[in-house]
Amino acid sequence: MKPDRSVDSRLLSAAGRQLIVFTLISLLGVAVLMFALNWLAGLTSSAAGGSRAAVDVEANTITTYLRDEPPQMNSMIATDAVSGMILNHVMEGLLRYDQFGNLEGAVAERWEQNGSEITFWLREDSLWSDGQPVTAHDFVFAWRNALSPAIGSQYAFILYPVLNAEKVNNGELPLESLGVEAVDDRTFRVTLETPIAYFDRMVAFVTFLPAREDFYNATNGRYGADPHEMLYNGPYMMTSWVHGSSLRLEKNPYYWDDNRGLIEVINFAHMTSDPNTLLNLFKDKQIVMADLGATMLDEAMLQGWQIQSFQEGTVFFIEFNHRDERLTRNLNLRKAFYLAQDSGELVNRVIKLPGYLPGESLFPVWLRGVDDSLRDEFPAPVYERNIELAREYLQRALDELGLEQLPQMTLLTGDTPTSRMQAEYYQEVFKRNLGVDVIIDSQIFRQRLEKMTQGEFDMVMAGWGPDYDDPLTFADLFTSWNLNNRGRYASDALDAQVRIAQSSLDTEERMRAFGEIQRLIYEDVVIIPNYERGYVYVTDPRLRGMVRRVIGAEIDFTYAWIEE
Amino acid sequence: MWSYTLKRILQGIITVWFIATATFVAMHNVPGDPLSSDRAANETIRANLEARYGLDRPLFEQYLMYMGNMLRGDFGISFTQQNREVNDIIREHFPVSATLGVLAVVFAALGGILMGALTALYRNRLPDYIIMFLVILGISVPSFVFAALGQLSLVNLNAMMGFSVLPVAGWGTVSHMLLPALVLGLGTMAYLTRLMRSSMLEVISSDYVRTARAKGVPPARIFTRHQLRNAVMPVITVLGPAIAAITTGGFVVELVFAVPGLGRYFVQAVQQLDYTVIMGTTVFYGTFLVFMVILVDLVYGWIDPRVRLK
Repeated sequence: MKPDRSVDSRLLSAAGRQLIVFTLISLLGVAVLMFALNWLAGLTSSAAGGSRAAVDVEANTITTYLRDEPPQMNSMIATDAVSGMILNHVMEGLLRYDQFGNLEGAVAERWEQNGSEITFWLREDSLWSDGQPVTAHDFVFAWRNALSPAIGSQYAFILYPVLNAEKVNNGELPLESLGVEAVDDRTFRVTLETPIAYFDRMVAFVTFLPAREDFYNATNGRYGADPHEMLYNGPYMMTSWVHGSSLRLEKNPYYWDDNRGLIEVINFAHMTSDPNTLLNLFKDKQIVMADLGATMLDEAMLQGWQIQSFQEGTVFFIEFNHRDERLTRNLNLRKAFYLAQDSGELVNRVIKLPGYLPGESLFPVWLRGVDDSLRDEFPAPVYERNIELAREYLQRALDELGLEQLPQMTLLTGDTPTSRMQAEYYQEVFKRNLGVDVIIDSQIFRQRLEKMTQGEFDMVMAGWGPDYDDPLTFADLFTSWNLNNRGRYASDALDAQVRIAQSSLDTEERMRAFGEIQRLIYEDVVIIPNYERGYVYVTDPRLRGMVRRVIGAEIDFTYAWIEE
Repeated sequence: MWSYTLKRILQGIITVWFIATATFVAMHNVPGDPLSSDRAANETIRANLEARYGLDRPLFEQYLMYMGNMLRGDFGISFTQQNREVNDIIREHFPVSATLGVLAVVFAALGGILMGALTALYRNRLPDYIIMFLVILGISVPSFVFAALGQLSLVNLNAMMGFSVLPVAGWGTVSHMLLPALVLGLGTMAYLTRLMRSSMLEVISSDYVRTARAKGVPPARIFTRHQLRNAVMPVITVLGPAIAAITTGGFVVELVFAVPGLGRYFVQAVQQLDYTVIMGTTVFYGTFLVFMVILVDLVYGWIDPRVRLK
């Protein structure tokens, strides 16, 4: 049966008309729906009031982003970089670093170390954001609290140089026996377990920030959970915090040092770590700065942006497993691996980002020595790539181990594309130059840590960032007592040098010890240095004076200003 | 009907309990725990932390405690965001995901139905070919590609126009959600278009349409009452699960457009082994999915009595 053509076309045109009507109705419906959603979305807004432009010259306001939601704004518990950065803007400790990275007085006007006793004299005009003065009692309370077993702070260990700190932390001694004392409202005295040379530089760390007891107790354990549940003594105050979305800082009217010309408002309008999103937001002039990935460099140059780079202070390396049952315990085998690779090749051919430095030592280049940089005073010894020699060492290792051929080796690494890419570089290099099969064990962060702690690896791609501004923060990593020494390297010679560096008050003697530690790590091939991480970033040309730091806040706007 | 409803709900509860238990067991069997950090804790610090979170007790006791709290609707406190309750996280961030999801589903359903009907009417003609080509694209290209492309075009559009037509990323107004919702709904829209097209084609050549024509029913009425209405049934059937899938599966889109939805907490919690958040979001999403499926089943049973009897 053939369908009637005319009926078909009549149906079609009628149906077409109907479809158009339905489309119009749908559009209207969607419009109404959106109106309703608009109201709903306002409740969880990221625009948090005010302008959306990256720089608002008139209102002296900048808009930028956070990599992540700050997990913890209670300074006694906070451990991560994002919280640390915000805390650096809203709080102030006894001492701080200026825009050039020099230590200077903050809440403390001056300080004096006398053996194991350090006294800080607090300035009169340092106030909390409710107008009351910051006193020595606020430091006593915060330091005791950070060590209190009930709080369970992960960074409690950083206070361990203080007298009785460890015993207070494990509950053996009451909080009151901690070696801190408010001599009077404006004199704060710290007694140390033993005299150490670098304690003043630790005091700039977040765990040492003050907190006021009456306010803290009034928050019922919610201290730092929301803007109004925190008391500020820094240049800024948090005025709004929409979790996961935005955070807004405004100038603290009670801050003593406000003749610096602080920017009025810092609006962290986005929380994302997606590099493409950040680049797009920057291009759209919504944020004042953005970190760049390797693939974005060409475009950034094309756009004529101000591209800057800096080393963020973390050292990355391959750590060997030195446990008895592992083949990597063999020194010649470790030497073979070291000689077969070239960290310069990794940085220049694989990572391809300016700002990265090929790894040469456990000690990064920014550490200060006696007068100059530590690495200038004690140049790092390195093994140049030498494949012939590497194969010789491998053969020697096999002979010593009584093996015909090396079994598969496991290289433990993270699950990000970059860490996998780097692991693949080493896999390829070890295969090509040594004929050794390496399998990559790629794990999410916490599982990688667990496997490292349990020793389930031959080699692991690890990194270490500084906690305070002294080479010791790196130097004691491979001591036999350090729990972060997850490859379980143990050497009496290294331990002895670290003890000197810990207890000596003579700078030259300490630096010699660090030089010695660097040499021991090289000779024993404890690690293969990979690189010192760098960041490449662009900033809005109107924003001046932004500081990126190795120690403390990774981004610091407290010295920044807007230039038209 | 009542016994059918009751049976489905009981099945749902058992499913959720099973999801919760399986997640709990799996989570605790993964190496590592939420308290490990790149600064290894000494015994003292470790013990303080474990005591604070109750991780020092035997696993079974933890399980009972957890299930008890869950029954009271308390998911506990996040490990990574130690000042926030998991309930707060869900309460603050699920509405965002849901808003985005609802809009995406509306886009997908309307677009899918209209385009599906269009392609069926113009079968083997130009509109059909164009739309079906786009449908193949929509189904095969993953959403993060669309998200990145969409955002990039938006940046260029804004630069070209000299003002912000639509914001590139962020959250707060409808203008923020248009593009993410569209991107999020694109895959479902493509799928629904195909579904609608095939079901429409089936209906067009059915006996009752021919009868209607023979009776002399006006063409417009045939189209809306006899064709569209019948063809849309299978689309409605898949809408329930689609809503659940879109609302829970928007992680990538949320990440790219910096949308503060629940998806990012869901994924980050797994990476961070944040026990309480993993449990909270899994059980919440699980319940949501199960609820949507039950809802569809019930509606189906109400429409078609044959389903109930089986």
